[in-house]
Amino acid sequence: MIRLPLVLFFSAGLFSVGVYGVLARRNAVLVLMSIELMLNAVNVNLVAFSQLLRDTILAGQVFALFVITVAAAEVGIGLAIVILIYRNRETINIDEVNLLKW
Amino acid sequence: MLETQAVDYHAILPELIVSGTILLVIVVDVFLGRDRKWWAMPISLVGTAGALAATLTLIGERRETFDGMFVVDPFAVLFKVFFLGTAIVVLAISLRYFREGRYFQGEYYFLLLTAFLGSLTIASSRDLLMLFISLELVSAPGFLIAAFRKSDPRSNESGLKFFLIGVLSAAVMLYGMSLIYGVTGTTRLDGIAEALAGPAGEGPLPLAAIFMVIVGFGFKVSAVPFQFWAPDTYEGAPVPVAAFLSVASKAAGFAGLLILMFLGFGPLSEFWTPIFFVLSAATMTIGNLLALQQTQVVRLLAYSSIAQAGYMLLPFALVGGSVGNDRAAFAASMLYILIYGVMNLGAFTVVVAIARDAPGVLVSDFAGLSRRAPVLAIGMGVFLVSLGGIPPTAGFWAKFFIFTAAIERGGLGVWLAAIMVVNSVISLYYYLAIAKQMFFAEGEDRPLASPALLTGVAALAMVAVIVLGVYPDLFARFPPGATLVP
Repeated sequence: MIRLPLVLFFSAGLFSVGVYGVLARRNAVLVLMSIELMLNAVNVNLVAFSQLLRDTILAGQVFALFVITVAAAEVGIGLAIVILIYRNRETINIDEVNLLKW
Repeated sequence: MLETQAVDYHAILPELIVSGTILLVIVVDVFLGRDRKWWAMPISLVGTAGALAATLTLIGERRETFDGMFVVDPFAVLFKVFFLGTAIVVLAISLRYFREGRYFQGEYYFLLLTAFLGSLTIASSRDLLMLFISLELVSAPGFLIAAFRKSDPRSNESGLKFFLIGVLSAAVMLYGMSLIYGVTGTTRLDGIAEALAGPAGEGPLPLAAIFMVIVGFGFKVSAVPFQFWAPDTYEGAPVPVAAFLSVASKAAGFAGLLILMFLGFGPLSEFWTPIFFVLSAATMTIGNLLALQQTQVVRLLAYSSIAQAGYMLLPFALVGGSVGNDRAAFAASMLYILIYGVMNLGAFTVVVAIARDAPGVLVSDFAGLSRRAPVLAIGMGVFLVSLGGIPPTAGFWAKFFIFTAAIERGGLGVWLAAIMVVNSVISLYYYLAIAKQMFFAEGEDRPLASPALLTGVAALAMVAVIVLGVYPDLFARFPPGATLVP
């Protein structure tokens, strides 16, 4: 049996890695993957809490299933937009996507 | 054991009709020839009108289904009528734009209706899971339609920025929601409020969770310091999509925020009212100051809509006094969102008409509009005056309700009221700069060819703004008791 604080620290760590990736990485695909890490931290949390609370309707686990589905859909949308940008600009560095400002 | 529950089909009828229309649009599109692709729009329009009729049969009802996750009450009905009305206007102003540009029209209407389906279910959500899915249903198609001019790098960029910020905010909000679930043991908002009022509401964990949820919503409603994506996205996106984002998407975010803060997190209002104080003051001030420097009208309206979001956030900072105060704050924020929707849609309709002639839509493109297209010019004048908050327009009353609620609350509310008045005066400068161009500047003399549909929608919105200015309690009376404050 893994203890709850351990799981929570793990998920907080995962979330922080994701936030760092979003802020530090410049490649759009890597930013996307960092966001996936953040969403997975959420899933770890939800499942762990659901187990801890002995939730009879399993709200946390069902929530996690929906998060997985939505995350998959969003990656699909994100990659579509990234491909569009690559076709038009030949780059996916988000610092170079800067036509619009102020 | 769980029992199977009967689904109340009347309660979800508007959503069912919209879902059916969505499927119909994408299927019919396959069988239409190249020159008939625009038929998707009338089909969408009929479906939306049908959903509106179905919503009107729910006035005065109080129903719940899916074990209380989905609720029909006066608040939900009011917002559904608003969202469906918005959908009809956005459909009407999209027709020419997408038909003349020969974009993927079937897909566009499919995505647009999907986003509106999400906004319909937000108003009825009383559960974290439902709220999350509805919000994503509004945002995800929004990312795609923002990037809809596929060969235009500016539109691509607009979509990318909106997407990255949207997904990031969803992740932060979800982390907060997962902690709320862990602390309270439920995802139902009434259960959360009950638990937070007890021992579960103590300690730093629920506070951190609420903070993260507010940050997530801050991105959605483009509150400062989470606003930077909005001007870029609005400017790069097709103009009708910018209208959708600045009205429907923002109102959906606010509807979710109202539901969450008043129904779920009410017991901890002492913690979150100061956050909203800062958000509101910063959002209206910075939005207005940046709007002053804009020469591109869509960008100007984007900053103006950021500033307006600051006014809508203001009543959240007033919660926690007497029940009467809470009610006034709730009603003030809700009315502001709805009235803002009407006047901003009107302004965007005029911008769509101008964009056909001058795609850059600079402030100087409005020069001499009063002679080129008198109806549009008068309409735009009314919308600008209303956005600035001058009587006898709806915008004045929207600000007036917030102002009185803030003064009656006293304390920090008086400060916020003062900041709001100063900001309203600043905002007049850039709103009236456009009006000055339209009525006093010399421009081209050839008349502006505006489609009857656009002129009609602008005239209708103008009438609505003036009628609401004369009978300001129209929204408050219909349907009666649209409040979530017990």
